[in-house]
Amino acid sequence: MTLKYLIRKEFLQIRRNAFLPKLIIVFPIVIMCVMPWVMNMEIKNIVVDVVDNDRSTFSQQLVHHIEASNYFILHGQKSSYTDALKEVEESKADVIVEIPANMEKDLTNGFHPQILVAANAVNGTKGSMGSSYLSNIVTQYVSPETAAVNSKLSTLYLYNKHLNYKVFMIPSLMAILVMLLCGFLPALNIVGEKESGTIEAINVTPVSKWTFILAKLIPYWIIAIVVMTLCFILSWAVYGITSAGNLALVYLLAMLLAFIFSGFGLIISNYNETMQQAVFMMWFFVVILMLMSGLFTPVRSMPHWAYLTTYINPMHYFIDAIRTVFVRGGDFQSIMPQVVALAFLAVVMDGWAVFSYKKNS
Amino acid sequence: MKQFISFVIKESKHIFRDKRTMLILFGMPVVMMLLFGFAITTDVKDVRTVVVTSSQDYQTQNMITALGTSEYFDIMYSVSTPAEAERLIRDQKADIAIVFSQNFASKKGGLQILADGADPNMAQQYSNYATQIMSQHLMNSVPSASPPLISAKLLYNPQMKSAYNFVPGIMGMLLMLICAMMTSISIVKEKERGTMEVLLVSPIRPILIIISKAIPYMVLAFMVLITILLMSKYILLVPLTGSLFWIIGISCIYIMMALSLGLLISSIAQTQLVALLLSAMVLLMPCIMLSGMMFPIESMPAILQWVSAVMPPRYYISAMRKLMIMGTGIDSVLQELTVLSCMTIFFLGIALAKFNKRLE
Repeated sequence: MTLKYLIRKEFLQIRRNAFLPKLIIVFPIVIMCVMPWVMNMEIKNIVVDVVDNDRSTFSQQLVHHIEASNYFILHGQKSSYTDALKEVEESKADVIVEIPANMEKDLTNGFHPQILVAANAVNGTKGSMGSSYLSNIVTQYVSPETAAVNSKLSTLYLYNKHLNYKVFMIPSLMAILVMLLCGFLPALNIVGEKESGTIEAINVTPVSKWTFILAKLIPYWIIAIVVMTLCFILSWAVYGITSAGNLALVYLLAMLLAFIFSGFGLIISNYNETMQQAVFMMWFFVVILMLMSGLFTPVRSMPHWAYLTTYINPMHYFIDAIRTVFVRGGDFQSIMPQVVALAFLAVVMDGWAVFSYKKNS
Repeated sequence: MKQFISFVIKESKHIFRDKRTMLILFGMPVVMMLLFGFAITTDVKDVRTVVVTSSQDYQTQNMITALGTSEYFDIMYSVSTPAEAERLIRDQKADIAIVFSQNFASKKGGLQILADGADPNMAQQYSNYATQIMSQHLMNSVPSASPPLISAKLLYNPQMKSAYNFVPGIMGMLLMLICAMMTSISIVKEKERGTMEVLLVSPIRPILIIISKAIPYMVLAFMVLITILLMSKYILLVPLTGSLFWIIGISCIYIMMALSLGLLISSIAQTQLVALLLSAMVLLMPCIMLSGMMFPIESMPAILQWVSAVMPPRYYISAMRKLMIMGTGIDSVLQELTVLSCMTIFFLGIALAKFNKRLE
């Protein structure tokens, strides 16, 4: 029963804080409404410069063809490759298409002229995708035989037919929100009590370690559920994206992640004495866990040693599982391994948190 | 002058004796560079592939082998219906599936690539790579062997290494972090503890106290800059193609600007927590998100593009990309240089004006 009173105390403490209730509500809303627009690695609006050495009707039509595609913005025609390269260097253009002289004549005479497509590949993804889109368009127009072969090959994008980048980003944002709120807040809460000295007051009561820690963590688990619900509502209302799979499974995953990160926050607070230390240490781990989990970039592209770390990275299991359920519509069987791994990590983290908390100073 | 130097020495000792600060200052750049250089990549490799075919004829066999021997694809499973392949993709056991139509070889049928659209960019890359390999194979079975119509060239970064894109971004972020955040915190800390009063009554002009606080951070910023440049050249193998003089020159301007931002924050904030939050929320977050470091600016909606136009790191990162990676001359970065210089003068002016007011 003491637990009930302690939880009530925690909620009162959160509610009477000037900043925290606003943070818990406003932060998820801002993140969900702004970040999907910012974190958009979609490749579009590629600016093309054309160097037309042929100047025939054929080459003109090819240029119109490129212009008509909605991936590209035709920036202008340049008289030479060097001029166009200059534009690329000034970041005014991304891709150069150079049409060789006498292209139309050569084509009708059965020769094989070559069109040069040069893309700025400083951003590798953008460069390679831009040049391959452009190659496709040019091939389709210039060489119908190749186009005929290519027409036999088609691609179907499963689960996300229109390749909407927000579908990729929203599960990541949910993960980030749960991680930040459930990780930082408990850590700051306990270190705050340490700094202001009120933790002594708890330490001298007969409240057991377990009860105290549960009372500290349960409010944040409830906050995690509230935040997830908010995320679902926003992603439906703002972007029209709903879960393809069972929502109960997504809640289950979010709860497991909340268990892990609240435990993690507690561990950090047990080993640090001041807020600043705790924040820096937390931030360090959070950034690494986030970047190496597949939230933004695929884990399979990482070198082998880095890939091995994903086996102990809770974020990796979570993001894999939530994408399987939320985007791909998987069932419980699909996410079995991830759920087991998350549950295991949760037990380890929370066990460690309780174990490392000492009532004697 | 002697007083000034002793102030600088005092400040440097302050920093060097604080282990945690030193760890952050030098540990973070190294960790960030290693993470972004090696671990955060979008290279296409080890794509788990499922082959869906009902008949194992000669041509399908050939194409599957071609796919499997390429460095990008690993053939993991072979199933007989697309539904099974879809199930494998949904369970995260495979990334793409190649579906051959029935009697593919004898009827000259088509084939379909099923890609996991949960990650749109990678899905497109995977399908592009697979299409290329497949169509080459299909073309070879047609007798006319003509040279390829298009010669594609990837400028500046032919291997498409992600590090090329990230290194300038990390420089922009870290220099901002060290100069703005650390300086502002160190000044505000003195205010909070009341030791600022002690410094202000010393026989040295107040403005020099602040400058002597900024100088050690400036030196540290240079050391970090050089560490990053050396690491990117010798460990990440990112080329430094442009002129080193201008790379360092523009970095100087940027460091000056970040320092004046730090001074500005320190004159607004009264406690360390506020200084920390201000520099993290106002400087760092938008700096990472809106500067084009990770997420391309041209994909953002117009409103956010305007917001990003006032982010100083945006210009620095863009200038560094041009100078370091693309190896352009100074004439291509004139615009960035002008904007950065104007911003530096602007922020320095405000910081000094604010500072004078505070002492009255």
